[in-house]
Order: sequence, then structure tokens, then C-alpha cells
Amino acid sequence: MATTARRTPDDLVRTPAALAALVPRLRRICGEDGVLTDLSQRRTYESDGLTRHRSTPGVVAMPTTTAQVRDVISLCAEHGVPYVPRGAGTGLSAGALPHAEGVLLVTSRMRRILEIDPENECAVVEPGVANLDITRAAEPYGYHYAPDPSSQQVCSVGGNVAENSGGAHCLKYGFTAGHVRGLEIVTPSGEVVELGGKAPGAHGYDLLGAFVGSEGTLGVATRVTVSLTRSPQRTVTLLSAFTSLDAGGEAVGAIIAAGVLPSAVEMMDALAVEAAEAAVACDYPAGAEAVLVVELDGPAAEVDAQVRRVTELCAASGSFGTRTASGAEERALIWKGRKSAFAAVGRISPAYIVQDGVVPRTALAEMLGRIASLSAESGIRVANVFHAGDGNLHPLVLFDDAEPGAAERAEEVSGAILDLCIEHGGSITGEHGVGVDKACKMPRMYDDTSLETFDLFRRAFDPEGIANPDKLLPTPRLCGERPEVRTGVHPLVASGDAEQF
Amino acid sequence: MRRDLDAKEHTLREGTPDDAVCGVVPAHVACPAGTGALASLMTAAHRNGLSVTARGGGTGLAWGAPPRSLDLLVDTSALSWIDHDAGDLVVEAGAGTPLAELGRVLAAAGQRLSYDPVRLGGTVGGALATGASGPRRLLAGALRDLVIGMSVVRADGAVARSGGRVVKNVAGYDLAKLHTGGYGTLGVITAAAFRLHPLPAAVRVVSAEMPSDSRAKRALAALRGTAVVPSAVELDRPAEGPGRLVVVLEGTPEGLVSRVGETSRALGGETEVAEELPGDWGVLPAEGCLIRVLAPPAELPDLASGLGRLARDGFGASVRGTASVPAGCLYLAFPPGTSAGAVAAVLERARAGTGRSAVLLRAEPHVLAAGVDLWGEVPGLSLMRAVKDSLDPGHRLSPGRFAGGI
Repeated sequence: MATTARRTPDDLVRTPAALAALVPRLRRICGEDGVLTDLSQRRTYESDGLTRHRSTPGVVAMPTTTAQVRDVISLCAEHGVPYVPRGAGTGLSAGALPHAEGVLLVTSRMRRILEIDPENECAVVEPGVANLDITRAAEPYGYHYAPDPSSQQVCSVGGNVAENSGGAHCLKYGFTAGHVRGLEIVTPSGEVVELGGKAPGAHGYDLLGAFVGSEGTLGVATRVTVSLTRSPQRTVTLLSAFTSLDAGGEAVGAIIAAGVLPSAVEMMDALAVEAAEAAVACDYPAGAEAVLVVELDGPAAEVDAQVRRVTELCAASGSFGTRTASGAEERALIWKGRKSAFAAVGRISPAYIVQDGVVPRTALAEMLGRIASLSAESGIRVANVFHAGDGNLHPLVLFDDAEPGAAERAEEVSGAILDLCIEHGGSITGEHGVGVDKACKMPRMYDDTSLETFDLFRRAFDPEGIANPDKLLPTPRLCGERPEVRTGVHPLVASGDAEQF
Repeated sequence: MRRDLDAKEHTLREGTPDDAVCGVVPAHVACPAGTGALASLMTAAHRNGLSVTARGGGTGLAWGAPPRSLDLLVDTSALSWIDHDAGDLVVEAGAGTPLAELGRVLAAAGQRLSYDPVRLGGTVGGALATGASGPRRLLAGALRDLVIGMSVVRADGAVARSGGRVVKNVAGYDLAKLHTGGYGTLGVITAAAFRLHPLPAAVRVVSAEMPSDSRAKRALAALRGTAVVPSAVELDRPAEGPGRLVVVLEGTPEGLVSRVGETSRALGGETEVAEELPGDWGVLPAEGCLIRVLAPPAELPDLASGLGRLARDGFGASVRGTASVPAGCLYLAFPPGTSAGAVAAVLERARAGTGRSAVLLRAEPHVLAAGVDLWGEVPGLSLMRAVKDSLDPGHRLSPGRFAGGI
């Protein structure tokens, strides 16, 4: 994928001496098989789902219990050694990029489902449990775990908590933050703290709510209590084809304006459809410039009424065909095209960058026009796949990595798309997170005071700065000395009324 | 000091007993005209080391513990504005905006903030700072889940923002979570952006009397087994007489027919179906002591009646309980004048047991005077103190109003 980073020579990735001295103690904590020091083994962890960022971890620790996590982190804290938590490593912002002089703390061996509690409509799991496994365990009781990131077969709940993961259905059901009731965490100083529990909500500051989405910078979740959602009586998936992106966008607007709340509204452009067809033969309508996938779920009678309404609205917006699927297999076929879109792009391009940005939903049409112009000006093809219901774009910027300079030009286009998102009042990330990848872009979205406030909060949990350093917030090490991007000195500072600390 | 606080952008006056926060009369009251004025005021307060509490509609001033010190009360009523992006189902509003006005503006566009206020006459900022949600929170979540962005003036007067104005955004820490229910101890909220929902075409309120706890538990279990997707499930336990289970369904008139039928069957016995919410829906009594208990949902029916019995049999006191059962939240309201002993005993019993917590949201003066512990043990308190020390190192924002004396 993307750019191919050059590997560092072997002599530069030896475990640093200070860290090597801790290895025997790490082995005592995690057991012989719970610590990896071999270069070849460590290298398998050099990147997460975003492979253009690579760094070989100094040492890999794979605890199996809360006590082991606590002891590993306490050891790190005692010696001022940085650590990076990692779940399944499917993240797309290099949030689990290892630290060459630190410990990579992998939670993948903590994968027990501790309890399914249908009376309280919740489940208690360890952080390494795969997202979809909660749903599998809850299904016999008529429940599921609502957040469903595309990587749900493999991505871990702990990673979902760190990233506040969404998924196609978060339009209706919300993100991970709305589904976590309780966490047992180990803080960066090695303290075990319980936040919340089986009761949804807790007293005092909502640390639980702020912890979700903190990208491993505030601690490591070692046990997670999640809400389970009653599985809907009926689920219907519609596939509607349009002769232009504008018409598809208009249909999305009409559906939302009509007061229908679908569980998912996904859109793909012609290039993305072409790729999906080539890869999985999902039987999408030929000749479509835009394809809309709308899913409706809930009580049967409500869903039936909504399906009629959505079909009418699509037709009124210029759809030349809407297919309806209510059986599990037919629905899966429609979703197959959408879910395979990222990987499928590999069929039509040697390399690509997946971008993740957000604009207000009403700005989608204009945004797509601007992306098309960018693409035309640069000669770089862009395939568009997006969660249209909430304005979350995933442009796929295609390039040939064999062509000198192509990767850089693709990066430029990808970056320009984010600038457009900000220009339209949106966000630089809707669900992939900031990580390392976008840390240097944070100043485009937040002013200095806001960034400083984020940092004040972070320091409350991690005064020594050892928890996933160089992620989420810009640092000089990561971004260099900041260019003067500020639009002006804060008036209070200028007047001497305030000081920045 | 007085001269230092004076400025064109806000009015300043002496505090009066009407301005009291839990009985503490502020030295001064200021009403800044906008965020800039609020920032200058807070900067001046910082320079002079003044303790500050913010107030919106003034409906929650008796909530929480009394401030240890109150030099300046900031009245946010001039920070009242509404910026509604109807097409995006998003609104941003100033902290001083009355919730009722916000509701009217949104309803005119066929939309709503899916939040049932627990007090009448409150503002956006006050609702956020006290953070208590009413019954309809089973679909879209509690108030904290609806906030997508927030602007806050810090203790030092600097204006910081988190989140934004789009519904999907994971850039940066979600600091709005800390300020929601933070009682203004980490900053003064100036504005917040919310995600909205379309107004439902129709509402049905299905309810039935629950003569016993076992009956209520059977009905709740049967309801869990259905796919009727309620917006609210409330178990109402009046001080006298049998309880009532109330289920709110929202949708289309056609779709609601079968959902009402299924709900009625789950509740069993004689059910009533109304097409409107009662007038005082979700609003907690404006006087008397008020407790909020958070517990695993399945424990709530027994807990609610057990606490009611304790008050009655042990102290001759009456208490009304309303439980949002699936949300694990029980409010207990005591009539004004209830003895401190009764309130303290109910509080203590509610806290006994794992996975539970109980807070005395509003204490009458005689209960405060008796030294009743409002917050009880709050897990994670050391982290909360660290957050407070980081964001308000001088401990000048509503000192003592929050858990653990924060």
C-alpha cells in the first residue's frame, strides 16, 4: 500500500541497552513466551494498518492479565521508558506505531469474554476480544454489539475503545463511546482504576467518556463492559443507482430531511463500483455514476413504511433502479461490494492512500465537485467511498508506486482533500483517529489554546509523557518547529491579560 | 478589585440573597455580553485570584455542595444565541440560551434535541453543567451523547474548543464529556454544538399499574424480549399506592399500531395508551432533597421499592422514585422538610452493594448542616483531582461544589 518505507539497517534496531536491562523483569512478569526480543519477531509489529509508517519496537510484551499489564506499565513508569499499546493492529492512523526505544504492549492474548449478561443488557470482555466475537456470543440471547467497524472480524474491543471506532451503522447507533459502560484501566503511572460498570453512567467527571477515543495516551483498558443492543425485528437493505453523484447526494438529503433515520447510508462513485465489481462481482447496476446503499432496521411495520418512503425519494431524485433485499444472503451480497471497496481498489491501481475526512452532510455535493477538480488538475485518480449519512468521506487516492514522484503527488492530493474538509467546517478524521499520521495536522483544526488544553488534560493522566508519546498531539519531534500558522496572537495574551502556561 | 472587574462589555453589581448558590451569597454578579467579554472577565478574575461560579437560568443553584468561596457569580444569560444547520441536523447554541427557546426553534424546523430536561426554565449551559438527563435516552443516549462540540473559558480566561460541528469527528480529546456534569469546576461553558433528530411523526405512551415488584420485574423482562424499541421505560414509584410502568414509543402512526399492541402484551393487565406525554414529563420536583442512584438495570425495581420502604418504615418519611430502568438510573425525591436522618439512611443503603453509586443532587439547608456526605465514594477520584489540578490549578472555579471537595 501507499509509500514503501525503507527498512532501517539491522544494527540500528537493536534493543537499546537501557531497555534490554528490563527484559529479564518483563519475562518474570509476562512469562518466557510473553516477551519478544528477536528482531524478526519484533519486526512483525513494525506497523499497524497504516503501513507507510514503520518503526521496530524495542521489545514486545504480551501480558495476559490486568496484573501483568499493571506490572509492565509500572516498570516503564519507574524507568521512564515509553510504551505503546496495541490491540489487533488494524488501526489506520499509525496510532499503534511502536517506539524504537520503548515497550510495545500487545493485548491480543487477553481475549476472554468474561460474561454475557442479558438481564442487564451488557457484556464484560477483555480488551483483546475481537469486535464481532461479542456479537457472536450475544446473538443466542437476541442481542448484538452495535459498533461495527469494517475490520470487525479482527479488530479488538480495546482498540475500538482507544479509537472510539464507528462503522457503517453508527449513523443510527452512534460510536463506541455510546456503548461502553465500564472500563478497568491501568493508568500511565501503573494504577488500576475502575471507571463505571454495569450501570450506564457514573458519578463525578465522565472520565470514561473522555478515555474512549484517547488513542492509548491515557492508559490501557484491561476490561471493558459494553452495552448490548436488542437485534432488530427487521432489517432491509436497499441498493439504488444514479446517473450522477449529485443525484445520489440529493437522495441522501431528501431521506434525512424526510425524518427517516436509516441505520446506514453509504455511497460509492463509479470508480469505486468498478473496483468492487472487478474484485467480488457484487452485481451492482451497470452504468451507475453513483450507488447508494441504505439500510433500515427496527420494528417490522416501521421498516416497511420507511422502505417505501426511501424508494420513492430515490426515484424522485433520479434513481434509475432500486433493489431491495431483506434476506440475510441478499443483504450480504449488497454489503460485500461496499465492504470490499478498499481492498478492491488494489485491482485497478497498484497503490492507494485511504483518506478519512468529514464535512457537514449538506456540503457533500460541493466537496465531491472539488475533489473531482483536484483529481483532474493533478491527473491523480480518486475513488470515493463514503458514509454519506454523516458526511464521512473515504477518498481512495490511486497512484502507481513504480512511477517516480507519484506517491508524493498522491500525498499532496490526499492532504488537499483534508484541507477542503476543514475549509467546509468539517474534521480531519471521522473514525480512523489522529495517531502519528495526522498529529501534525491538528493545528489546522484547533487553535493553540485548544491544543494546549488537550495537553493539560493528557498530562493529568500522564505527567511523565510515557503513554503512547508522539501520538494525537503535534510535537516538535514529530512535526518540527511549528511554522507560524496561528492567525493572530490571542487578544488576551496581546493585552497582557492572559498568559499561556 | 471592583475597578478591575468593571468593563463596558458586562454589567457588574453586588450579590444579593437571591443570587445565593447553595446558600452562599456572591460578592459580585457579572453579566458578560458575549464570549469575548466573558473571557476578559475570567482573565480579570484570574489576575485577582477570585473564585467564580457560573449560572444559567438559576434552576440548579441548589444542586451540588455549597462553594467554599464565591467572589464572582457569572450570569450567562446574555450568551444566548442559536445557530441551526437544519440540513445537517446540527445546532450550536450559546450557554445562556433557554432550553425552551431552543426547543421552539428546532421544532419549527421539525427537529429536536433528543433530551428531556429535568428542570423547567433552565439553559443550555446549566443543563450541561449539571448533566442530568430525563427519561427519553434509550435511543439517542443521554445529554452527554448528544454534544458534538464545546467552547469553554478556562480558569485563566483563555477560550478553548473541543469537538466541532460535524456529527462524526474523532480529532482530539472529547473534553465536552468532562464539562458535562462537571458543575463548572473545570471551566465556564460558553457554547455547545449538538446532534439533532427529526421530530417523530407520532408518540404513544403505554402504561400499566404494577401492584408488586415481581409483577414489575416480569413486565420489564417481557419488554426486553420484544423488539418494540422504546424511547423511554420509566418505573414510577409514588410515595403512596402502587407503582406504574410507563413506556414511550415514537414512530409513524401506522408503525406504532403493532408496537403498542406488543408493548401492552408485555406489560400485561390493563394498559392505558395516551397519544401525548404528560405535561410534567421527566421534570423532577423543584424542592426538597433529590438523590440519583446509578445501578445495574436489573437491580432497580427492588432497589427502588426497598429504599421507599426504608424511608417509610424507618423514618416515617415518604419518597417518590422514578427509574429509567434500562438506563440504570433512579431519581428519589423527598418532600421538603424530610429529616436529614432519613435522607442519609436512604443514601447509605443505596450506596451499599457493588456496582452502585448514589449522589445527593440537591440537599436542603438542614441536610447540608447535618453534614450528610453528598457524593459518597467516587471511583477514579484521584484522576479527577489530577484533571482539576491541571485545568484549574488555583481551585477557583466553584471550589467545593463537586465530588471529593473538588
